[in-house]
Amino acid sequence: MNTTRRTVLKGATASGALAALIGAGALRPTHVLAAEWNKAAFEAKDTAGALKGIGAGTPVESKDLILKVPDIAENGAVVPVDVISNIPKTTSIAILVEKNPQPLCSEFDFANGAMAEVSARIKMGQTSLVKAVAKADGKFYVAQKEVKVTVGGCGG
Amino acid sequence: MADPMKIRAQMKGDVTEIRVLMGHAMETGQRKDAAGATVPAHFIQSMSVDVGGKRVVDGQIGTSVSRNPVFGFKMKGAKVGDKVVVSWVDNKGDKRSDEAVVA
Repeated sequence: MNTTRRTVLKGATASGALAALIGAGALRPTHVLAAEWNKAAFEAKDTAGALKGIGAGTPVESKDLILKVPDIAENGAVVPVDVISNIPKTTSIAILVEKNPQPLCSEFDFANGAMAEVSARIKMGQTSLVKAVAKADGKFYVAQKEVKVTVGGCGG
Repeated sequence: MADPMKIRAQMKGDVTEIRVLMGHAMETGQRKDAAGATVPAHFIQSMSVDVGGKRVVDGQIGTSVSRNPVFGFKMKGAKVGDKVVVSWVDNKGDKRSDEAVVA
């Protein structure tokens, strides 16, 4: 992530400066509010690359991080995933599917009273380990479980 | 152009459960159509949930989230009547923002 740019955006109280940036096509207005999409991490082709992209490196396994996925998914296009982190000070949760063409599925940052808990529906191309990675107090933790997929959801 | 989201925010004790259904094709860029041509990637890249004017969840999403994504979150500190605003932006710059009220 381009931290300099973020700082500039956050500090840009002079709307003129901001308008100039938008006008120049340097940024889209919608991205001022939302976090910038982590292209490197999402486009990584392997789990190690995706983990590196979100700054996780090699996370430590934790039993306080609960990953709920089905043992067998009949339809890889819709696999329900629930992640609950009981690790104190969890600030973000990421979901990865190891054998998907792009393993990083989603990443959520929590603030202002949000509990470290997320449920989502993901696509899986084939039988694979699903990983949940939680960031708590600057450290990364992982929980993983294999989901058997009978019909893939990536190639269609 | 995108369909409105379905947002449900409900108090369960002191916890607010927020569930969102977004109407989006979430094309991965890997699927081929009947003619064998690759369907270009078209997917939601970022989403956010604001409750009572405060950012609660900031999410980034890749191609491997299911079509018509459903997300569930929980939070503490909200109360009945608080406004819930959910927004998303996709890789083509399309965006949508919908509101609900904590019930």
